[in-house]
Amino acid sequence: MLRLNVTELSAELSRGAFSSVELVRACLERIQRRNPSLNAFISICEESALAEAAAADAARAAGDSKPLLGIPLAHKDIFCTRGLATTCGSRMLRDFVPPYDAGVVERLRGAGAVLIGKTNMDEFAMGSSNETSFFGPARNPHDPGRVPGGSSGGSAAAVAGGLCPMATGTDTGGSIRQPASFCGITGFKPSYGRVSRWGMIAFASSLDQAGTLTRSAADAALMMRAMAGLDPRDSTSVDRPVEDYASELERPLRGLRVGVPAPHFAEGLSPGVERGIRAALAELEKAGAELIDIDLPNNHLSVPAYYVVAPAEASANLSRYDGVRYGHRCENPVDLDDLYTRSRSEGFGDEVKRRILVGTYALSAGYYDAYYRKAQRIRRLIRRDFTEAFTKVDVIAGPTSPHVAFPHGAKADPVEMYLEDIFTIAVNLAGLPGISVPAGFEDGLPFGLQIIGPDFGEARLLNVAHQFQQLTDWHRRLPADAAGEAS
Amino acid sequence: MEWETVIGLEVHVQLSTRSKLFSGTSTAFGAEPNTQANIYDLAMPGTLPVLNGEALRMAVRFGLAIGAEISRQSIFDRKNYFYPDLPKGYQTSQLDYPTVGRGSIVIPLDGGGEKRIGVTRAHMEEDAGKSLHEAFTDGSGIDLNRAGTPLLEIVSEPDLRSAKEAVAYLKKLHSIVRYLDISDGDMSQGSMRCDANVSIRPMGASEFGTRTEIKNINSFRFVEKAINFEARRQRELLEDGGEITQETRLYDSTRDETRPMRGKEVANDYRYFPEPDLLPVVIDDKLIEQIRTELPELPDARRQRFAAEYGLSPYDADVLTANREMADYFERVATACGDAKLAANWVSVELQALLNRENLEIADSPISTANLATLIQRIKDGTISGKIAKTVFEQLASGDAGVDEIIEQQGLRQVTDAGEIEKLIDQVIAENAPQAQQFRNGKQQVLGYLVGQAMKLSKGKANPAQVNQLLRDKLES
Repeated sequence: MLRLNVTELSAELSRGAFSSVELVRACLERIQRRNPSLNAFISICEESALAEAAAADAARAAGDSKPLLGIPLAHKDIFCTRGLATTCGSRMLRDFVPPYDAGVVERLRGAGAVLIGKTNMDEFAMGSSNETSFFGPARNPHDPGRVPGGSSGGSAAAVAGGLCPMATGTDTGGSIRQPASFCGITGFKPSYGRVSRWGMIAFASSLDQAGTLTRSAADAALMMRAMAGLDPRDSTSVDRPVEDYASELERPLRGLRVGVPAPHFAEGLSPGVERGIRAALAELEKAGAELIDIDLPNNHLSVPAYYVVAPAEASANLSRYDGVRYGHRCENPVDLDDLYTRSRSEGFGDEVKRRILVGTYALSAGYYDAYYRKAQRIRRLIRRDFTEAFTKVDVIAGPTSPHVAFPHGAKADPVEMYLEDIFTIAVNLAGLPGISVPAGFEDGLPFGLQIIGPDFGEARLLNVAHQFQQLTDWHRRLPADAAGEAS
Repeated sequence: MEWETVIGLEVHVQLSTRSKLFSGTSTAFGAEPNTQANIYDLAMPGTLPVLNGEALRMAVRFGLAIGAEISRQSIFDRKNYFYPDLPKGYQTSQLDYPTVGRGSIVIPLDGGGEKRIGVTRAHMEEDAGKSLHEAFTDGSGIDLNRAGTPLLEIVSEPDLRSAKEAVAYLKKLHSIVRYLDISDGDMSQGSMRCDANVSIRPMGASEFGTRTEIKNINSFRFVEKAINFEARRQRELLEDGGEITQETRLYDSTRDETRPMRGKEVANDYRYFPEPDLLPVVIDDKLIEQIRTELPELPDARRQRFAAEYGLSPYDADVLTANREMADYFERVATACGDAKLAANWVSVELQALLNRENLEIADSPISTANLATLIQRIKDGTISGKIAKTVFEQLASGDAGVDEIIEQQGLRQVTDAGEIEKLIDQVIAENAPQAQQFRNGKQQVLGYLVGQAMKLSKGKANPAQVNQLLRDKLES
């Protein structure tokens, strides 16, 4: 039961093989057993989950057959949940209980999913290893000595480790796709504006996008159908119809033009990953797709541009955590400056502070043109590269990450950590949809194939990912103990 | 040396929308602290702004009223600074691409004539909350009811050359926003706030001197006093060989002086950048044309029309059009009574005095336009004298009775019956025999005294012209 994906669980629930209450209970037991070592969850809501599951079973008995009805769900702890602590992985919000639900939370609840807990993450989504979390690092279910990736590391570890069949994540520079790659699952980041950001705690507003972590592309299609759509509370969410992603999945690959970007196969790519990705591309070709070499000439500028734009926006987004209205407040402040300084010094971790400082610097008088304005210009160039490429190809494919999951503490140098997202960041800067699907193993650790689509090309992207998963079984190779055997 | 004062004003006008600039919370004034602040206003994590379309239309209305360029695409920016009454830690404002671009406002000059003052721009932004220091012994309170209220910041060119011109500009601006119904413009409530940039230069010089900015002046009178003080301070400083420091100053109305703000009150680097939570605001021609057709008649146009249509003096036309409600009131009275000049007089003198005395706005006038029109008609048809009319006017103000009712009940109808007046005159001549003799002996000016006695005897009800004529006839016969 714990190895099944959402599509399969949905069928089993309809068939009456087991109830939602039984499924949720199995997940909760699994969490109880495995979470102490994986540290994938920050909070678990056992009581409400069982109540929601019972309600889902009742609804099913009454004829409701929504695909996500009664399926256990974990939310990244960046999505506000009414009455349930929402920490964003930070001491600053350790005790913050929002009086409102995020748009994504509302929609998935409306789809009948059962919330079982909130997952660990890098503090304020700033990190690529889940090591910046105030609640300690989450661990990779394939090897607990290694990171699950980040920032949505808890969600990825939960789904890969059999703790939960589906989870939400957010992706600002690769925070869904990279952990999906490291944990051997499917991570989908939609186009900017496709999913509401209302109630999703902001890191970098022009880059943040909610998405999914699942065990298959078909599952992502089901979740996306529920999550996507206009939300008038988010001015950047787009008013265009949400496609029936599931119905598009079976389209054959014949004739698909796949762009293979030279810069994604450059120096620094681990040989095992490169071999695996080339093999994955060959699978697509065998199924009738055409591989076309493309260039993304400004790709090398994406990391520097990102590390100006994202910290700049973050420096303003995180100003609200001032100890005045909610969140961490220092003891006995002597005056206003003391209140600000100590509340923020104590509430934020090092990486968050580093990015606030970088962002503040980049926006400062005299530096704005050299950094922020120039980064925005690069951003336009990067977007133009993609627009140009998509005149020749339907999707672009390459590695999600240059290598497999690394051991905890292996990347102490922040810049080395920033380079983790070298293949994923440009997609956020351009606002495009991207997906990481399992494509092989190196030294027993999974890695992912990243497929990038044009603006609002969600349906095609999910279709290609699904077809790849019809040709391969990498996505079926969950960690050995994810079957539920004692570890 | 002769000096010239150069002034530019930045005026914050609170737009009278029902809800805030980026949230649906009410903007009503005077609620209990923090009862009008929702999760966005409190800057709770994950909340996002949605632009209030009404505020945008108001800004466009203002732009069209001053003949300004309306940006087809305007952009909101974040202005970053920490303060407890600024929940997000940034104010959402417009820096490089304001909604309203270059326009102008015409002001009347003291010695007659007019002057066109350039408006550089007008941009939309949200107001901050209020810090409450008084009621707390240990710390300060924060009231976020005002946080997020829409403001239009209107920035003038440095075209003003005296405190008087600055006040005239401010009054014209006040009048325009009231006419447009986009703000109550109430300076005492903070709905209109003014910062003044002041510098001086030798008369005839082409370069500007170093300027200082005086923040948050909250009445027309203080604007004049603050600028005059600041210009004098700068002149004395320069004449003593000193230098002006570019700085932000505060006007202290109790001491009538400006002084520098403390370093802490001045943030230097706001680190503006485009607000990523809002898309650029696109305004198309259709919307602009629609708003243009909805524009009311503006003060300048109305003043000209009043002068032409009702034959009012430039002064009366100016006074009566300074405020839209006053102009509406006058126009209703003038139309109903058929005598615009009398109506102008009664509205601008008697009614204005009454309102000032009672500290009332014209909208709350205790005398309806219909009553004032009837009163004027009764003067014109000779039912009452102008003097008696003032008595009736006072009674209209204090009671519910109508004009004719008051006249009848109190017997105020003018006495025009020659027989009755003759009786009065006989009595006056009898009681004032020495004066009557003086007149007969040729001392003409005594007549006024005798007329006065007759009027007094009639309790003001006798027709003064008749009294005059009959008295003269009688004494000269």
